[in-house]
Amino acid sequence: MSKLHAYRRFHPGTQPEYDFPPYASTAKRHPTQPLVLAPQTLSEITGPVFGHDDLKSTDNDLTRQHKGEPIGERIIVSGRVLDENGKPVPHTLVEVWQANAAGRYPHKADRHDAPIDPNFSGAGRTLSDADGRYRFITIRPGEYPWRNHYNAWRPAHIHFSLFGQAFLTRLVTQMYFPGDPLLDYDPMYMSIPDAKARLRLVSQFDWEHTVPEHALAYRFDIVLRGREATPMDDSPGE
Amino acid sequence: MSLYASGSQTVGPYLHIGLTWLNTDRIARPGVKGERVVIQGRLLDGDGDGVSDGLIEIWQANAAGKYAHPEDRQKKPLAKGFRGFGRIPSDANGRFRFSTVKPGRVPDPGGKLQAPHLSVTVLMRGLLKQLSTRIYFPGDTANAQDPVLKRVPAARRATLVARRKAKGVLEWNIVLQGRDETVFFDF
Ligand SMILES: [Fe+3]
Repeated sequence: MSKLHAYRRFHPGTQPEYDFPPYASTAKRHPTQPLVLAPQTLSEITGPVFGHDDLKSTDNDLTRQHKGEPIGERIIVSGRVLDENGKPVPHTLVEVWQANAAGRYPHKADRHDAPIDPNFSGAGRTLSDADGRYRFITIRPGEYPWRNHYNAWRPAHIHFSLFGQAFLTRLVTQMYFPGDPLLDYDPMYMSIPDAKARLRLVSQFDWEHTVPEHALAYRFDIVLRGREATPMDDSPGE
Repeated sequence: MSLYASGSQTVGPYLHIGLTWLNTDRIARPGVKGERVVIQGRLLDGDGDGVSDGLIEIWQANAAGKYAHPEDRQKKPLAKGFRGFGRIPSDANGRFRFSTVKPGRVPDPGGKLQAPHLSVTVLMRGLLKQLSTRIYFPGDTANAQDPVLKRVPAARRATLVARRKAKGVLEWNIVLQGRDETVFFDF
């Protein structure tokens, strides 16, 4: 067996706790026993590999998945998938989903009385390139109400799901928009203790990738767990 | 350069919009070598109610104990058409079910063989970051020496071992809270 190069542990304050009372649904859905610290084995440092065969050409353009153009402000969302050592994470699956411009999901559980857009499903996926870059074309999502507390509104956001190169680098997160006044009132955003770590979930307006007469661009870099500086030694007897 | 991993956020209630395209109830196609097994169970919240908006993801080695991933450099055969990944949603009652082949044994960091197991990621509304757990197989003599199971207090190990329900059918529940709370790992 070759050397096992372990992944770093999360930096304190950068991840939410499972039990977070301001987000009411965590109450019955968090483990009450401490997690069991376990060694990283081949099972954790490997993970599913996806390829272009898994995707369709329109999967990264959410404005081209129906006959007509969706309503709303067309935007370009791009960035890089990196690890904690600043190395690009190439050829990894990036999945997104989001509400339409009116803040509505075409989902049976979404009862918000904003209109459904027949030209917008709100789901996309792509693979990062050799430099870890990804790019989506979509519609700026609307804010939407939820019932967590009185007058609760989710800030505009795009859900992101990534795998990285290992099963333990799996990440599901949300991208927010700069200057959104709802962020400070949002329990999900606020569940990340460290203010700087929270800010890294807020995309930046991206002048460079903004396309004249076409679409504003936002940049959102995602960082996955990275390797420890040195590989663990081989065990004796190998 | 040193960065910190991005913060996790919940999949929320509308996860199906973006994630369903990869759903499967069959991780191993017919014809993939190995002992066929169906695993079924429920995802249960702190009230014992089924979680209707959850998702589990399974990652496993093939029957020879080899992962379809470049970092698995063991000299063992890959199974054709077998990725070893499955994404399985919970239904309105929190139930899930999938079929696969029992994985072979894969080494731990010291080179000793682990007991056959499936790695599981749990995602749902109300969960701010994923939970990681494992499914082990009932009656497997390797369980007693498994380096990960051994880290678990003896009284809780049973939560990680599926129960035999019928021939080729195993039952394994994910219990978020309470007496039979499933063991979740921090890797
Ligand atoms: Fe949402």
